[in-house]
Amino acid sequence: MKELFPAKQVMGFVFSLVLTVVALFVYYTDMSFKAGMTLLLVTAFIQAFLQLVVFMHAGESKDGKAIYTNVLYGVIIAVVTVFGSLLILLWDM
Amino acid sequence: MEFFQRFAIPHPSPAIYASMVAIALVSIGIVVGLTYFKKWGYLWREWLTTVDHKKIGIMYLLSALLMLFRGGADAIMMRAQLATPEAKLLDAQHYNEIFTTHGVVMILFMAMPFIFAFMNLIVPLQIGARDVAFPRLNALSFWLFFVGAMLFNISFVIGGSPDAGWTSYFPLAGNDFSTSVGTNYYMLAIQISGIGSLMTGINFCTTILKMRAPGMTLMKMPMFTWSAFIANVIVVFAFPVLTVALIMGTADRLFGANFFTTSNGGMDMLWANFFWVWGHPEVYILILPAFGLYSEIISTFSGRNLYGYKSMVWSMILISLLSFLVWTHHFFTMGQGALTNSIFSITTMAIAVPTGVKIFNWLFTMWKGKIRFTTPMLYSVGFIPLFTIGGVTGVMLAMSAADYQYHNTMFLVAHFHNTIIPGVVFAMLAGLTYYWPKFFGFMLNEKIGKTTFWFIAVGFVLAFFPMYITGLDGQARRMYTYSESTGFGPLNMVSFFGGALMAIAFLLIVYNIWYSFKNSPRDIGSDPWDARSLEWATHTPVPEYNFARLPQISSSQAFWDSKKNGHVLFKGEIEDIHMPNNSGVPFVMSCIFFVAGFSFVFALWVPAVIALIGVFVCMTLRSFEQDHGYHIHAKEVKETEAKYGEVLNNEDRSRATSRV
Repeated sequence: MKELFPAKQVMGFVFSLVLTVVALFVYYTDMSFKAGMTLLLVTAFIQAFLQLVVFMHAGESKDGKAIYTNVLYGVIIAVVTVFGSLLILLWDM
Repeated sequence: MEFFQRFAIPHPSPAIYASMVAIALVSIGIVVGLTYFKKWGYLWREWLTTVDHKKIGIMYLLSALLMLFRGGADAIMMRAQLATPEAKLLDAQHYNEIFTTHGVVMILFMAMPFIFAFMNLIVPLQIGARDVAFPRLNALSFWLFFVGAMLFNISFVIGGSPDAGWTSYFPLAGNDFSTSVGTNYYMLAIQISGIGSLMTGINFCTTILKMRAPGMTLMKMPMFTWSAFIANVIVVFAFPVLTVALIMGTADRLFGANFFTTSNGGMDMLWANFFWVWGHPEVYILILPAFGLYSEIISTFSGRNLYGYKSMVWSMILISLLSFLVWTHHFFTMGQGALTNSIFSITTMAIAVPTGVKIFNWLFTMWKGKIRFTTPMLYSVGFIPLFTIGGVTGVMLAMSAADYQYHNTMFLVAHFHNTIIPGVVFAMLAGLTYYWPKFFGFMLNEKIGKTTFWFIAVGFVLAFFPMYITGLDGQARRMYTYSESTGFGPLNMVSFFGGALMAIAFLLIVYNIWYSFKNSPRDIGSDPWDARSLEWATHTPVPEYNFARLPQISSSQAFWDSKKNGHVLFKGEIEDIHMPNNSGVPFVMSCIFFVAGFSFVFALWVPAVIALIGVFVCMTLRSFEQDHGYHIHAKEVKETEAKYGEVLNNEDRSRATSRV
């Protein structure tokens, strides 16, 4: 019975609900724009990572390493694109 | 009648009317010819519905050659217009349209399908696979590219060509300054073929990661497959940026959005930024497979291992990363500060390092080799010095302070043609000659091939080197004429002469294909060049299932080892082979995409919505379809193999290869 119960998934589900509730606080409580955005960004990224690992089963197959390498590569390029664009068009214009 | 007014050409000329007649006649000719020779069924069964990577590759190849002539015709018109000062051949508007379509056609509808052609033809063979990972998706990729290209090409006879440059910068490309539907064509046609490219990227990444023959680790893959892999990784990461930018641009033009306007919170520079976030990696999507082809060819005709295999691989990985870190060098003069320009100057110059590593690797491969100067080798040897000159002028342009001098001049035009023509076009022609026998069963004539090379090489030098000089003297790009007092006349005449030589070279290629088809011997065996990698280990022409038995790999040139070092490539019994079924869905779906694209261009909302629903219907049908493919039985495979004269029952013998 024990191995049939998807403990990891249930925990993950509960945790993702908690993250959603925390994010909702930004809407229902009165906090500064900066604090709100920070909270949203942090919870959003944890949420995305959680979904990827727990529900999309990244890293469970043989080529788990390749998947994480791809994700890392994608993150690097996204970060470079976003911050590069901000640098070019706003900060250093 | 009023309804049809919108399809009229806003700025007509006799040449465009002549093209309309020519297009109509050719279309009627094709339909009549197919009906007369009763080829509709053949066309549908063998080509329109095929999912075979080899046939898809051949269709990519033919489309690329067709588009080469379209883009080449644009090029020769531009050179003719600029050959003399104050020429009256083209007016400003036509010149704008022609340089725009030249750029788009050559990059997106010529170079891209050319590299996809070689990926399709060669990658599954080089890794010992039966097909790509998703054969039907592959067919869809091709047909989306094809209808995208067709949609773009009808622009000049229906509604007007795009005229805002291949970069289509806003605000020029916005509704205020580009009033015809031309730029809509640009947005929609590139969008449709771009979706196809993105799917190709996913398809080939999966194929290369998942479908390699037993024993082929990543570091034992042939170099062309490595380059294709890296290029497709870049495709997967770069093309979404273009997709999004094009959607934003379409929204601006058709739905009154304000992403790239100068008012209402829009930012026109954001387009340039997005365009080059995609555009610079795109350059490496084109050049890396070309490098891969050169690696195969140079190694084969030097009779040596590729020098520095590992450094080749790592330099490509480094290039793929750096390619995403340099995009600002396309607009150093847009107004950002010295800090940004310095950062991007340095990253740009850094790319010269891995590229230089590769150049030295090719030189060391040839060093002490027994070089055979065949046509493909001539292109490869010509590529090294010419491309290096292009690279060095690239480093000149990379210096942001100096770039203010070069920006928007013919110097820049000379630079990027100097990298793209010896880099990509030479590679494609070399690859065409090198792989032609594998897929068509006869070799192209060497004498005509070598003559072609000299025409194209000399033509290239004469056409583009003068632009370095006129560019430094201040001749601006994209200007339809210049006055006599500028003194640009004589050098531009030289350019026109060089362009004419290149035009002759391209006609010679067609003549060569026809001549060789008539005269070349057909008994060339499966390995006419005495080559080294796995694609030459199967029969010529390649059977539908590629390999009767999957090859066993122990090095990066397993085929060479099986010829010279007693490596046993094929072991075991022939078994049933599982193959994918043909499907008409990709073709039909792409035609629906064409209707959708055309309707969007002219803002015809009813057909646009119906066509988009059609696209989703196709996808829904596909997801409910049960298609398990079919099997070619062992007996059938053995019969086919026997026809090729293969010895079958001798398991442990390394295969005999014929050498002409």
